Amino acid sequence: MPFTDEHHDFRRLVRSFVVQEIDPHVEEWEAKGMMPLHDVFSQMAELGMIGLEYDPEYGGQGADHLFTVILAEEFGRAAGGSIGMALGVQADMATPSLHEFGSEELKQRYLAPALRGEMVCSIAVTEPDAGSDVAAIRTRADSDGDELVINGSKMYITNALQADWMCVLARTSDEGGHHGMSQIVVPADAPGFEVSRKLDKLGMRASDTGLLTFSDVRVPAANIIGTPGDGFRQQMAQFVVERMWAAYGAVGSCEMALDKTKGYLKERVAFGKPLLHNQYLQYRLAELAVEVDLLKHYNYATAEAYSRGEDTTRFAAIAKIKAGRLLREVADWCLQFHGGIGYMEETWTARFLRDNRLMSIGGGSDETMLQVLARADGYWM
Amino acid sequence: MRIAVCVKQIPDPAAPYELDPETHFVVRPEDQVLDDTDRYGVEVALQLAEAAGDDASVTLVSMSPSGSLQGIRQALAMGADKAVIVDDASLRGADALTTSRVIAAAIGREGYDVVVAGTESTDGYTGVVPQQIAEVLGAPSLTFARKVEAVDGKIRIERQTQAGYDVVEAAPPVLLTVTSGAVEPRYPTFKGIMQAKQKPIDTLTCTDLGVTADNQQVITSVDPVPARQAGEIVEDEGEGHLRIVAMLEEAKVI
Repeated sequence: MPFTDEHHDFRRLVRSFVVQEIDPHVEEWEAKGMMPLHDVFSQMAELGMIGLEYDPEYGGQGADHLFTVILAEEFGRAAGGSIGMALGVQADMATPSLHEFGSEELKQRYLAPALRGEMVCSIAVTEPDAGSDVAAIRTRADSDGDELVINGSKMYITNALQADWMCVLARTSDEGGHHGMSQIVVPADAPGFEVSRKLDKLGMRASDTGLLTFSDVRVPAANIIGTPGDGFRQQMAQFVVERMWAAYGAVGSCEMALDKTKGYLKERVAFGKPLLHNQYLQYRLAELAVEVDLLKHYNYATAEAYSRGEDTTRFAAIAKIKAGRLLREVADWCLQFHGGIGYMEETWTARFLRDNRLMSIGGGSDETMLQVLARADGYWM
Repeated sequence: MRIAVCVKQIPDPAAPYELDPETHFVVRPEDQVLDDTDRYGVEVALQLAEAAGDDASVTLVSMSPSGSLQGIRQALAMGADKAVIVDDASLRGADALTTSRVIAAAIGREGYDVVVAGTESTDGYTGVVPQQIAEVLGAPSLTFARKVEAVDGKIRIERQTQAGYDVVEAAPPVLLTVTSGAVEPRYPTFKGIMQAKQKPIDTLTCTDLGVTADNQQVITSVDPVPARQAGEIVEDEGEGHLRIVAMLEEAKVI
């Protein structure tokens, strides 16, 4: 990859930021089940870390895509997965459509404050009865004059309790299936909106995740992002960026986990010598490193294709499914090689295992990725 | 206000240092980092410049193999305006006085009102270079500043002492050294990183400065650090604390 001095310097900046400004707070955030995202994002925005590729007109940095790769990789190294996920939602999951298709007014009102870290945002697609099957969503936004009236619910929504606005996918016409959906900016202070429940999760415990309910929530019809009825297609494109972010971050997480495990096995003595003297452990870790390196360079190929303006749907699906499965494998082996202490909550391996189990589920499950690939490659009837 | 900041690129302290078996000099990799203690000096300089207004400038001054300039770029990305680097093979292994003369010459060539430095470098640890620079320049030195401010045309510092601090001040031209913790160094920003490479970096030799390396220091031998001795286990049968107090007294820490 054509990484320049600026890319390397940016990596050093992000790495030191994560070590100094994120990691010391992770335990507290995990215990609280909440991160102070307005504070963290504002600080990051001042350093230019939010909205890297977005138009400087709205507070973006006009950076190339490799900076996003670096940001994701380095946040993947954080002591907990929640912050990287929250950042991903803010910068690469809830805002890409708004940036690309949103009206000037919407961008000034919602995108610019999000890129300054003043507003936190969520992406609200999944519903209690529609997860990977996005075409099955039932939340409706019916026209009433110049307004939309939204009714329905959204499930497993990241940043839910802190979000100032959401990018909601809802049905705006009676066409079925993939048709008749729109992406709509819904401010969290709109009457009729509520976070019905904060969800208790296996991992990513510092991230506030919620069940959202919309009861006759009125927003201006002008809050539709892009073309009315084009929401499914726009959201599918937004999912591609989301999956790429996830796969980039997985490399940082895996490399960090292997580094930490290597360090532990060099120190931990059993049967009279450090554990890393055992060839089995050496080879297993080396095998995992092989997989991580392959994913890293596959990610870089993805990033290059994306930078060339190509459709990276297939790239993103392959990278995402590989990332999910590899993270599960790395997390499991690293915990295993730590032995009993690896099973303790006080050891990083426990959280790492819990947090990263999500990768095969969120942003499109492994099975959804396989469905995408089966269609793309013609394994399909 | 023209502010010069002494900075040093050093091998990454996170990686083990290597010594050249022939010369005993530290092997300097292409990529060196900004000495962490210098981040405080850069921050103080930037704050003084910001307080002084638009005409103020911050110039980094360094003596070391340039390498990839990674460490210099970091300080430029924080906000310094330009850098002057003295990179000359004859300065390899330069002692503290030679270093001071060379850096003072570089600072004098640029012109200055205030020179800011850390208290000591993290690789050499002589801790005398800033004061020697002041002496060569003929400027007063305000050392070990834990707080710095420009007041009534003077630089006033709180000078860290064992008992507390002294308030001392001097009118420019003046040199000051700042302790780690005096300020919270800013992070470089994305914009700063992108702009750093566009900023001027002048690379000078001894000839350019009209100085010669007059190194008086010779490394005769280098020995590895003695292996750590096993500690003493004090069995506590009610009197253990007395033995611990005695040990601390022997170590002269109490």
